[in-house]
Amino acid sequence: MYRWLLCYRYLKTRYIALASIISVTLGVATLIVVNSVMSGFASEMHERLHGLASDIMIDCHATGGMPDPEGHLREIRKVCGPAIVGASVSVSVPSMLGIERNGQQIGRHVNLIGLDAKSYEKVSDFGKYLMHPENQKAASFELRESGYAPDRKELLDAGWTHRRRQVQQQRQLDEYMAEDRRLMAEMRRQAGGEMPAEESTDDESAIEAASGPSMGPMFSDELLASSEGALPASIDPMKEQFPGIILGISTCSVRTRDSDGEVCDVYYAKPGDDVRMIFPNAANDTKVVNQKFTVVDLYESGMSEYDSTFAFVRLDQLQEFRGMIDPKTGVRSVTTIQLKLAEGSDLNAVRDALRKRFPPELYAYNVQTWRDLQGPLLSAVRLETMILNILLFLIIAVAGFGILATFFMIVVEKTRDIGTLKALGASGKGVSSIFMTYGLLLGFVGSGAGLIGGLIFVDNINWIAGLIERITGQEVFDPTVYYFTEIPTIVEPFTLVWVMLGAVGIAVLASVLPAIRAARLHPVQALRFE
Amino acid sequence: MSSPIVLAANGLKKSYHKDRIDVPVLRGVDLEVREGEVTALVGRSGSGKSTLMHLLATLDRPDEGEVLFRGTRIDNAPRATRDRYRNRDIGVIFQFYFLLPELSAIENVLAPAMIGKSVWSYLKSRNEYRRRAEAMLDRVGLLHRAKHRPSEMSGGEMQRVAIARALMTDPTLLLADEPTGNLDTETGKEILQLLTELNQNDSLTILMITHDDEIAAGADVLWRMKDGLIETQQSARNEPLLATSAA
Repeated sequence: MYRWLLCYRYLKTRYIALASIISVTLGVATLIVVNSVMSGFASEMHERLHGLASDIMIDCHATGGMPDPEGHLREIRKVCGPAIVGASVSVSVPSMLGIERNGQQIGRHVNLIGLDAKSYEKVSDFGKYLMHPENQKAASFELRESGYAPDRKELLDAGWTHRRRQVQQQRQLDEYMAEDRRLMAEMRRQAGGEMPAEESTDDESAIEAASGPSMGPMFSDELLASSEGALPASIDPMKEQFPGIILGISTCSVRTRDSDGEVCDVYYAKPGDDVRMIFPNAANDTKVVNQKFTVVDLYESGMSEYDSTFAFVRLDQLQEFRGMIDPKTGVRSVTTIQLKLAEGSDLNAVRDALRKRFPPELYAYNVQTWRDLQGPLLSAVRLETMILNILLFLIIAVAGFGILATFFMIVVEKTRDIGTLKALGASGKGVSSIFMTYGLLLGFVGSGAGLIGGLIFVDNINWIAGLIERITGQEVFDPTVYYFTEIPTIVEPFTLVWVMLGAVGIAVLASVLPAIRAARLHPVQALRFE
Repeated sequence: MSSPIVLAANGLKKSYHKDRIDVPVLRGVDLEVREGEVTALVGRSGSGKSTLMHLLATLDRPDEGEVLFRGTRIDNAPRATRDRYRNRDIGVIFQFYFLLPELSAIENVLAPAMIGKSVWSYLKSRNEYRRRAEAMLDRVGLLHRAKHRPSEMSGGEMQRVAIARALMTDPTLLLADEPTGNLDTETGKEILQLLTELNQNDSLTILMITHDDEIAAGADVLWRMKDGLIETQQSARNEPLLATSAA
């Protein structure tokens, strides 16, 4: 009993000891904040990664893909049984995206994916990341009138409105150009044979060649003629659209800051614009397919890796363009099968079963879970969290040495009291337990304060980030880097418990040596001198 | 008819080591304390009387000889037994009071009870202990200062609190090491009067260690110590302690 009373009194009267545990408090608070932010990031990332990739992906590496996806799915269902709750097939092909903007061609390397929006929705979050509110509910490859991303001023006019105005302007421009050419020809004719028309064209091409890269159309008529493109003969762009395509937002936009430091996006192509895709066909003697698409929506997942490489089109259209339909039987081929598993099923077990069914020696298939796919990223985050935890625990351990030193001082200061207690019949164990209990209480107080401080910090982290931003002028959480508008945090009770236990444990450990010293103190020596 | 022996020392020897030289402090001390008596142990500084008291209180162990409490050897008893002996069977007061500065007067008095009991058994009967502690403070005339810290008290008051603390567990024997050594004559007299009253009214056995012949003169039995040996033992006097010192 006396030990609790004494500890309580020591705690209340000895502020130097409280100072020694401030570092414990800070360490605990930092640990909690760091862990919350890291797990917030990690879970946001998991959610995104997992939302984009289905649970299990079977990739076929052959250019022609795997024929008869229904047969494959039957086989897969046989192997995996009831674990599979959803499946979708798609075609994925590396391709080049060409955007024409202000007379310039912008080329991007993208991964063109042909998918069936309905079944794709079942295996991963796809619609969720689209811009148009209607498409978020049910993705469609038809251009919508307007109303893309109401919160983005750059996309306000996207849609048919934008398309019509663009076409109008283009037509006007063409008219002016034609008029211009006509006038030029007339002037030449009036000048009278001095400058033959043929020569002038030669000069022009010579100048063009000398001035470096061509500013003319990237896709020459010859190239277009030689490719296998299944171009619609001619459409009226005012009323009609090419096959729809959904572009990853970073493939067709850049995020920068204007002179005021405000984040702004520049779009090379918006919904309503036409873009060109160039990709190989599925035949054995590969040829280039060149196809025009109309952007019908943009896709923003927040994962720059996906946003900058993906473009989505309709599965049946892509199969058609690539010649993946057997002309005789009408059987279609796909390159990827995506599976969604029942909640809580063992991804790795299913993957291994599928690998056994489709051994890599016989099939050019790659069976992966979404974790395998993002393995390096996930393990990097895990490693980072672990290292931060170790470093911060070292800080608390350093605080432990502070406690050790302070406690030694207190034991020396309390020598006479220790002697008195022993003279009153206190055992060595009892005396040492005073200091152990003291360490325990200090640990509790310190880490408790740290816990509360850390939780308050986490709770207001975005406000604090804003405050720091205002004071220093330095953006703490740069949305151009992270794609999150707010710092995500998750407080895990388990983490709190082990951080608290660790901190209290260190405080108790640090008080062991002083406590032993107090217990060993000879009462006569302690009482002899005044 | 003589009363039974409460505490006895037989041939106690103790020496301290300093720079490989043995400094003998006690060289074979025999001593008896009888129940209900005030025994005084007189000696000059360095005569070994404080060391003797530490041995009798089992705060230290003798090199040779034995300490008997009610006929049972206590100096080589297990640690727990000695702790219990110090806690319940004897009460100790010191020249410098040795109160715990963080605790109030009443808490200091309660300390032996807290030390001797486990948390639960203490909490179970804490009202009872509190009443006894208040009674003890009342006995030494300091109930009105129960909430005060030692730093707010005078030397005489602190010594009274120390006496109340020593009596908390109702010990058989009170060991007093120069209880007036740090007090002025008047206050010292008051303390001595209190001790005499305790001896006479509550028949508390007291072993008092002092260098002052005048104080020792009032004791029932007087042992004189010199150079680590008992020199003389004077027979009992029936005059009360206070009468002598007041004269």
